[in-house]
Amino acid sequence: MNWLISFFAWMGEFFGNGENWSGPGGIPMRLLEHLEFSALALLLAVLVAVPLGLVIGHTGRGEVLVVISANLARALPTLGLLVMFVLLLGTASIWPVIIPLVLLSVPPILVNTFEGIKGVDPDLRDAAYGMGLRGGQVLGRVLVPVALPLILLGCRLSAIQVVATTTVAAYTGLGGLGRYVIDGFATKDYAGVVGGSVLIVLFALVVQLLFTLAQRVTVSPGVSRRVNVR
Amino acid sequence: MGEGPPSLWEWIGRNWDTGRAGSIKDLLLDHLTMSLVPILLALVVALPLGLACVRWRWLYQPASGLMNVVYALPSLPVFMLLISVTGLTQTTVIIPLAFYGVAVLLPAVVGGLDSVPDHVRQSAVAMGFTPRRRLLAVELPIAVPVVLAGLRVVAVSSISLVSVGALIGQGGLGGLFTRAYQNPFMPPVIVGIVLIVLLALIADGLLVLAQRLLTPWVRARKGATS
Repeated sequence: MNWLISFFAWMGEFFGNGENWSGPGGIPMRLLEHLEFSALALLLAVLVAVPLGLVIGHTGRGEVLVVISANLARALPTLGLLVMFVLLLGTASIWPVIIPLVLLSVPPILVNTFEGIKGVDPDLRDAAYGMGLRGGQVLGRVLVPVALPLILLGCRLSAIQVVATTTVAAYTGLGGLGRYVIDGFATKDYAGVVGGSVLIVLFALVVQLLFTLAQRVTVSPGVSRRVNVR
Repeated sequence: MGEGPPSLWEWIGRNWDTGRAGSIKDLLLDHLTMSLVPILLALVVALPLGLACVRWRWLYQPASGLMNVVYALPSLPVFMLLISVTGLTQTTVIIPLAFYGVAVLLPAVVGGLDSVPDHVRQSAVAMGFTPRRRLLAVELPIAVPVVLAGLRVVAVSSISLVSVGALIGQGGLGGLFTRAYQNPFMPPVIVGIVLIVLLALIADGLLVLAQRLLTPWVRARKGATS
């Protein structure tokens, strides 16, 4: 149980150190950076993946693209991609790091949006057309609300991935909570490693919780079967 | 020094098997161990856990909730926290990967067993199958496609995730990435990415093959209807 004692000692050392709570390297700033980079990457990924998934799911054209991107994103090593982009584009801006973050978070959203739209009951789709809705209206008023649980699931999976990859990206110079872990490990500052790791884990859990709540709140009660629809 | 940096092929030739630790061949073997062990561990844990969740339904909700939480934990901080318990060893990478694997496989096992049609189960009972034989000879084989679909996801993502371990010095081929970053040089990055994607493709292909061998009736049925 020695490790447990050192764990709490490091936690106390990290969180009890006043210097860790202020300035550019302080916990609030690092937290904000982590949030900023993750949110930026996720937002860009959503902007690319959701429209693309809607179009491919609605028209049925380009399914191969979805399958390939899903498999490739799972197989590509994040660290390798990060190092490759940084070696190619330098570290003058944050973009060489943000681009791979976006690339890796597109496929989960794309796949789930596509599957969500494609999986809508054809009868429901026909009924919408029968009621006189046009293509775009059918998509916006019927297909998207019905597919929303899967679309949000995709966003949640991507968010989890982005938070994790932003941590790894600290290795290639990005700020954020990963800095404590990477720098701490390099300088044998284990209080930083442990404290930073705990912060990242908490951050990831909060993100997971928020997305799970968002899924509850935004999905139509009829779709989520919270009420019986006749 | 006169000569430029070595080309990609030259670099591979020079570093494939140097006889010292850290050659590409060594890293490849480490990578295989660190990805295969968690895949197998995940399967060995998820199968009985899934069976238990199907038999005792109340268990599934908390178990899958817990696994959802586990899945959300980023790998790097988990590795870091484990270091103080298991040290800078391969185990530190293997344990979290096995947990992620269980998180993906558990719903697959439960879904697979749920996909057994009721009439099939009832037929087996009517034919006098004991519960154990029914499980082994009827229910598990029918669950194979869904379980293997989950296993394919686990295999591919484990193989690529191992490389993050390079940040604690245990990343198999991921070691090529850290080496290339510290001493800016592109060939190791390319070799690392290509080998990892290749390993993932091979593992995926083998599992597709396994599914064909384990579920011969799927093809037989397709042949009959066409």
